[in-house]
Amino acid sequence: MRRAGEGFHQQRVDTVKSSQVTVENVSKSFGDFFALQNASLTIANGGFYSLLGPSGCGKTTLLRIIGGFETPSQGDVCFDGVSILSLPPNKRHVNTIFQNYALFPHLTVFENVAFPLRLKKTAAAGIKKAVQENLELVRMETESKKYPRQLSGGQKQRVAIARALINQPRVLLLDEPLSALDAKLRQHMLLELDAIHDKVGITFIYVTHDQAEALSVSDQVCVLNKGEIQQIGSPAEIYESPANEFVARFIGETNYLHGTVAALTDEEHALFESPDYGSFSIYLDKKVQPGSKVALTVRPEKIRIAPQKPDKLPPDVNVLHGTVEDMIYTGFQTKYFIRVSQNKEPLIVFRQHVQYFMDEKPITWKDKVCLWWNSKDSFMVEVSK
Amino acid sequence: MRKNYGPIYVGPVAFWLCAFLSVPLLITLSYSFLEKGLYGGVEPHLSLAAYRSLFNTAVLKVLLNTIIIAVLSTAMMVALALPTAYYIARSPVKNLLLMLIIIPFWTNFLIRIYAWIAILGSNGLINSFLMGAGLTDSPVQFLYNRGAIILVIVYTTIPFAIFPLYSTIEKFDFSLIEAAMDLGASKTVALWKIMIPNIRSGITTAVLFTFIPTFGNFAVPKLVGGTSSWMLGNLIERELNITRNWPLASSMSVVLTSVTMLAVLFFMRSQNKKESSR
Repeated sequence: MRRAGEGFHQQRVDTVKSSQVTVENVSKSFGDFFALQNASLTIANGGFYSLLGPSGCGKTTLLRIIGGFETPSQGDVCFDGVSILSLPPNKRHVNTIFQNYALFPHLTVFENVAFPLRLKKTAAAGIKKAVQENLELVRMETESKKYPRQLSGGQKQRVAIARALINQPRVLLLDEPLSALDAKLRQHMLLELDAIHDKVGITFIYVTHDQAEALSVSDQVCVLNKGEIQQIGSPAEIYESPANEFVARFIGETNYLHGTVAALTDEEHALFESPDYGSFSIYLDKKVQPGSKVALTVRPEKIRIAPQKPDKLPPDVNVLHGTVEDMIYTGFQTKYFIRVSQNKEPLIVFRQHVQYFMDEKPITWKDKVCLWWNSKDSFMVEVSK
Repeated sequence: MRKNYGPIYVGPVAFWLCAFLSVPLLITLSYSFLEKGLYGGVEPHLSLAAYRSLFNTAVLKVLLNTIIIAVLSTAMMVALALPTAYYIARSPVKNLLLMLIIIPFWTNFLIRIYAWIAILGSNGLINSFLMGAGLTDSPVQFLYNRGAIILVIVYTTIPFAIFPLYSTIEKFDFSLIEAAMDLGASKTVALWKIMIPNIRSGITTAVLFTFIPTFGNFAVPKLVGGTSSWMLGNLIERELNITRNWPLASSMSVVLTSVTMLAVLFFMRSQNKKESSR
């Protein structure tokens, strides 16, 4: 079946203009406070790019600089290699989806979406056609006579998207667009956003503090903290090999095993020594000097857990023994807190219940357990002093 | 069992409105249909004489003048109060600015009017300056005309426009302005097309709060207006205290109240229509 709005947007993809966005050494300070320091990044033409970080990390400032609502203290922002800093917001071919939707309460859904075209004094027939097509794109064509106060949160969000796209921007900025929705609806709208991105084919820049949102829809993620870029990479790169402790902690849960790289055994392996966890061979995911203090990081879902050490373990695994100190059963998995060392935090281990009732005896409180993981699943991060 | 305290709560207000609003209005209304007494007061004979004598050019001229002054003053007050209220609502020191609007109110109303006489009078501040600077030989007549009345009314009544506008603008979500600018509107267009329709209730209140007292104003035209720029309130006062034609004074009051009420109803209906067309 042909979906509503498809024809228009397929046609549109051919003619649509989308832009590559480059941010060069952009800094922004408010008085003594640096909201953004020396940020440089390149956002691919037509990409779905996320700016991720805790509140106050500078992500919204960066978005507002791209949108033209803030002027950087220094640096440059280019669309397709041409600086746009001297252009006012309405000349940049950029539109924004705001956190609170910012629909005009005194106008109907139709008039909200038509607002940019009315400003441009587009002919009535043209307005009607374009509004209709954009409302179909977000599947809101039946609600065009309603006022914003009669819409649900998700519907408001769709109208905001239709309105932001009607000027045919080359870049769409999304400022925490889903934060006002409840968790289930957020999941749904995220998929919808992804589908709309595929259809319109323009560059999306998505600001969020929610790592799950950023990981699930983006091509590229830029993690920011305290105004500085921490890491830029694909969702998998960000999650599987975080550049530093901040990124590792911010994205998902993780365990830290503090220790020393005692010696490099070969190109890819080193001997890790720790008073708390003993010594074992680890995989070198980055270059380190022998003797340097590191934190070995293992994600909880990468660690396997069993009542006894299995007779046969695959090669290249690291093994630890501990006691179940606490556990949280959440249906699809159990989160275990395993005490390995008396001096350190217990390790967190996720166990998926793919076969809960097939276990002879579920692992429970006070049980002695064996933990192991493939050494390639751990990574080292620098220890912040 | 829960007792019904309703009558106890509304009792004082109901009594107040009956004794000091409804009853006096009814007295005024009935006096307007009676014959005038020889030395003031009324004779208990029904008569339409008072209403008949309203239809003379002198009275109609005053009524027209009153309407012109009230409409012009209201328009000016709202036009001036809008940017003022906007500025205050967006200012980091709003409480201070609001205080500055309130402080002159602590001075007696009459004194504030006399202050304008001291400024605008023949020996007043402006004339002294103009003559001192040699710009004019004889004092310019600023007082005792319609312009002076409007100026002083605007000065004394404008806070009643500023406050309701301030309170609605303060609640207005300015991210809508940013959104409108993001969609291609200039700041002026955004304010006009997005802010104004959304602060309509404040504008309605401002218009009502300024139009009603202005229409019935008599102190300002009495002090800074000449006989040619009298308002209805002045006529009523004259009929009541000097000519002592109480039925005529009452009929004028009935007209004044009716015109005010009609104007208010008309205005509120037109606003409601815009509101409900949403």
